[in-house]
Amino acid sequence: MIRIFSILIGAFFSLALLLAFGTGAYSYITEPPAKTAEARFHLKPEHLDLPSNGWFGKYDKAQLQRGFKVYSEVCAACHSIKHVAFRDLKALGYNEAQVKTIAAKFTVTAKDPLTGEVKDRPGVPADRFPTVAYAGKGVPPDLSLITKARHGGGGYVHSLLTGYADPATYKNAAGEALPKENQPGDGLYFNPYFANLNLSMPAPITSEGQVTYDDGTKATVEQMSKDVSAFLVWTAEPELEKRHQTGAWWMGFLLFATVLAYMSYRNIWADKKGH
Amino acid sequence: MAHDAGTDTPAATGGEGVRRRDFINIAAVSAAGVGGLAVVYPLVSQMSASADVLAESSTEVDLSQVEPGQAIKAIFRKQPLFVRNLTPAEIAEANKVDVATLRDPQTLAERTKEGHENWLITMGVCTHLGCVPSGVAEGEVKGEFGGYFCPCHGSHYDVAARIRKGPAPKNLVVPDYEFTSDTVVKIG
Amino acid sequence: MSFPWSKEYTPSHPLMVWLDEKLPLPRLVYGAVGGGYEVPRNLNYMWNFGFLAGLCLMIQIVTGVVLAMHYGGDTKVAFDSTEHIMRDVNWGWMLRYGHANGASAFFVVVYAHIFRGFYYGSYKAPREMIWLLGVVIFLLMMATAFMGYVLPWGQMSFWGAQVITGLFSAIPLVGDPLREWLLGGFSPDNATLNRFFSLHFLLPFVILGVVILHVWALHIPGSSNPTGVEVKSESDTVPFFPYFVGKDGWTIGLFMLIYSAFVFFMPNALGHPDNYIPANPMQTPAHIVPEWYFWPFYAILRAFTVDFLIVPAKLMGVLAMFAAILVWFFLPWLDRSPVRSANYRPLYRKFFWVLVLDVAVLAYCGGAPAEEPFVMISQIASLYYFLHFFVIVPVVSSIERPDPLPYSITEAVLGTDESAKLDGNG
Repeated sequence: MIRIFSILIGAFFSLALLLAFGTGAYSYITEPPAKTAEARFHLKPEHLDLPSNGWFGKYDKAQLQRGFKVYSEVCAACHSIKHVAFRDLKALGYNEAQVKTIAAKFTVTAKDPLTGEVKDRPGVPADRFPTVAYAGKGVPPDLSLITKARHGGGGYVHSLLTGYADPATYKNAAGEALPKENQPGDGLYFNPYFANLNLSMPAPITSEGQVTYDDGTKATVEQMSKDVSAFLVWTAEPELEKRHQTGAWWMGFLLFATVLAYMSYRNIWADKKGH
Repeated sequence: MAHDAGTDTPAATGGEGVRRRDFINIAAVSAAGVGGLAVVYPLVSQMSASADVLAESSTEVDLSQVEPGQAIKAIFRKQPLFVRNLTPAEIAEANKVDVATLRDPQTLAERTKEGHENWLITMGVCTHLGCVPSGVAEGEVKGEFGGYFCPCHGSHYDVAARIRKGPAPKNLVVPDYEFTSDTVVKIG
Repeated sequence: MSFPWSKEYTPSHPLMVWLDEKLPLPRLVYGAVGGGYEVPRNLNYMWNFGFLAGLCLMIQIVTGVVLAMHYGGDTKVAFDSTEHIMRDVNWGWMLRYGHANGASAFFVVVYAHIFRGFYYGSYKAPREMIWLLGVVIFLLMMATAFMGYVLPWGQMSFWGAQVITGLFSAIPLVGDPLREWLLGGFSPDNATLNRFFSLHFLLPFVILGVVILHVWALHIPGSSNPTGVEVKSESDTVPFFPYFVGKDGWTIGLFMLIYSAFVFFMPNALGHPDNYIPANPMQTPAHIVPEWYFWPFYAILRAFTVDFLIVPAKLMGVLAMFAAILVWFFLPWLDRSPVRSANYRPLYRKFFWVLVLDVAVLAYCGGAPAEEPFVMISQIASLYYFLHFFVIVPVVSSIERPDPLPYSITEAVLGTDESAKLDGNG
C-alpha cells in the first residue's frame, strides 16, 4: 500500500518537473537567453600577490604603513574603517606615542561619561576610527571588511583601483565596445571590475606621487594601489598572523598526535586477523 | 578471544614487544590529553577582559582647570575617580590628625605623590558597599570632616579621603597613577 | 546489543562497588562505549562518522555557548558584536571561525553518515527507530544551522531569513499569517533576530537529547555492518573498548586536521563574502544563496518553475523540498529487500551511485545563479531524486536478485567460519 502511494507521489512530482523542464527548454530554444552586458563586460578581479597570502603569509609592516598613508590621504575623505581602533595600529609597527598622535588628529563624537552630553573631542587610542559624513552621490561603504566582503579580496580592491577605463574606447576580450545603455550616466564612472560596470566613485588614485611615502618608496599608481589593498586586507583580518602561527603549531601537534593514535590503533587490532 | 592485546603473544616475542606497545598507547592517550588541554586554554581565556576593555584600563586626566579647593570627577575603568586640588589650609588640617586614631591609618603624604602633595586622587567608590560619595561638586554635602560623605550608609571621609565615621572599613582607594607632566596625570 | 558473550561490568574497588549501587553511571558507560558493548568486527571507516558527528555537536555546543557570552542579539549591535568577537575578544576569531566551519564540518560528517545508511541499508528492520530519530536530528540541524546563519546580521543573514520564511507564505490560507508569526513582523527585524538567537541556543540541546535517544535505540539491536548479516557468534564481534575507541580515536585526529586547516588557513572558503556586508533591508544581493549544505534542497526548491494542476509553482517547490527530506522517514518501508547491504545488491548499488552523483549535481546547481542552463539541469536532477526514492527504491527491492550473502561476519572477514561447518551450512 505504502509503495503504491509512494509511486503516485513520485509520479506527481516527476510530472511537474517534466512540465517545468519542457516549458523551460521550449523558451530556451525559442528565445535563447541573451547574455547581459554585465555578464559580457564584468571582469573577475585579478589575483594580487601579497605577503599575507598563503598558509604561512605574514604582513609586511612597511607596506601596511604605506597603505595606511594612502588610505588616510586618499580614501578617508569618503570611506570609514569604523571597526578598526587606533590602538590596533600598533600592529603596523607604530609606537604608543605615534598612535596617540594619529588618534588625536581625528575628531570623535562621544558621550561625556560624567555629564551624559554628546560632544566632539580628539580621539584617543582606545577609540575606533570615526564614521565619515558624506554628502555626495552614492554610498561609500565602510572599508574595514571590504576585502572579506568581495570575491577576490585584496585583488578586488587592487583591480578596481587600477581598472578604470575610458567607456568610449573600451573593448572587452571579445572585441566588443560598451553598448550605449551601459555607458556611465551623469556622475558615474566606468570600471569593468565593478559588478554593474559603472560606479559613483571616480578613479581615486590617478597620478604618480599623489602620496609622498615616508620610507622613500616610489609612489607609482600601481604601488599605491597595491599598498592600500594590503592595508585593507589587514583591516579586515587583523588576526591573520596570529591565526597562521597558531594554526601551524596546532596542525603540527595534531599530525604528531594522529600518527601516534594510528600506531596505537594498529597495536590494538594487531591480534585480529583479517584487518 | 584475546581482548587484551599482547598478553597472549608467545613469550619469545613478548617482553620487549609488550612494553613498546604499551608505550605507544600511553603516548597516544597523553597526546590526546595535551590536545584537550590546549583546547581548554582559549575557552578559558576568552572570558578575561577583551582588548577594547583593556584599552580603557588607563585614563589621562587634565588637571590644568582644577583650582585649589576644587575637585573634579573623572572616569577610570568605568568607575568614578575623584581628583581634588587641596588648599594649604586643607593640607594642614589633614596633617594635624593623629594617624594612630584612624580606622585605616595613613598620612596624607602616603596618599599623594611627592612634589604633588596638593593633588588627592582617589576612587569615588565608598569602601563600604560601593556607592559614590558626594562632596566633589560645589555645594554638595561634604560630611562632618569636610571631605566626602556617602549617603547610602552615612560614611564620612575627611579632606584626605580617609574614613572617619560610619560603616566603611577603609579609606577611599588611591589608584596607581603617575604625573606625565605638571598638569597631566595618567591613571592605571 | 547485549550478546550472551558480552562482558558484564564488575567493579572491584569498594568505592566503585558503592557507586554502582547508588548511581550505576560507570556501568552505563561500560555497556555503551566500553568493554561491555560488542560491535561487529568488520565495520569499515564509513562507520566512524557517527562518532565524529557526536564530536561535531560537542564542538558546536562548546564554541556556541562561549560565543553567546559576547554576542548581542539586537539588530543594532549584532553585526558589530560579531566583529567585536573577531577583533577584541581573546581568541574570539578562533571561536567564531571554529563555530562557522564547525557547522560545515558537522554537515559533511552527517551527510557521510546518512549516505552510509543509504548504501548499507542501515534503516532496515530492526533499526527503523534509529533511522527515524536520525532524520529528526537532521531536520533539527537544518533549522539550527539556518537560524545560526541569521545571527551575524549580514546581507546573507537578512536575505536568507527573508527568503526561507517566505517559503511558509506559500502555504494556502494560513501562509501569510504564519510567516508574520514566525518573523514577529512583516519582514525580518529585531523580533526575528532575537527569537532566532533564543532558538539557536535551545535547539542544539534538543538535538543532544534526540542524539541520546538515537544512540539508545542503536544499542538495542547493536550496530549494523558492511555485510548486513546479523551477528551470529562471539567471533563476529569485538568489544567497543579498546577496539573501536582506538579506531574512532585516530580518525578524530584525521578529522581535526582537516577541520583545523579550514579554521586556521581558509576560514572563509565555505562562506559567502556578502555576509561581511551589514544587513540592508533596502538592497538585495545580486545572488542569494544559502550555505553550501542546503544547496541540494535549494536546487529542488527552485526547480519547480511552473504551476502544476491546481498547485502554484511556489507551493510546488516548497512541497517538493520538504518531501525530498520527509521521504526518508518512509524509507524502511519503501525498501522491502531482505538484503541490507548494497554490496550484495547489484542493481540497487548502481542506482545508489547515480543518487550520489545526482545530489552532487543538485548541490552544484543550488549554489549557481538561477539562470539557464542550471535550472534545466536541476530539473532533471530533481526528477531523478524523486524517482529514486519514490519509485526506484520500492520497485528495485521487489524485482532485484541479490548476490549470495556470506554465512557470517567472521566468514566475510577471514574467508571461513568454523561455526559454519558445525552448522552444516558452510
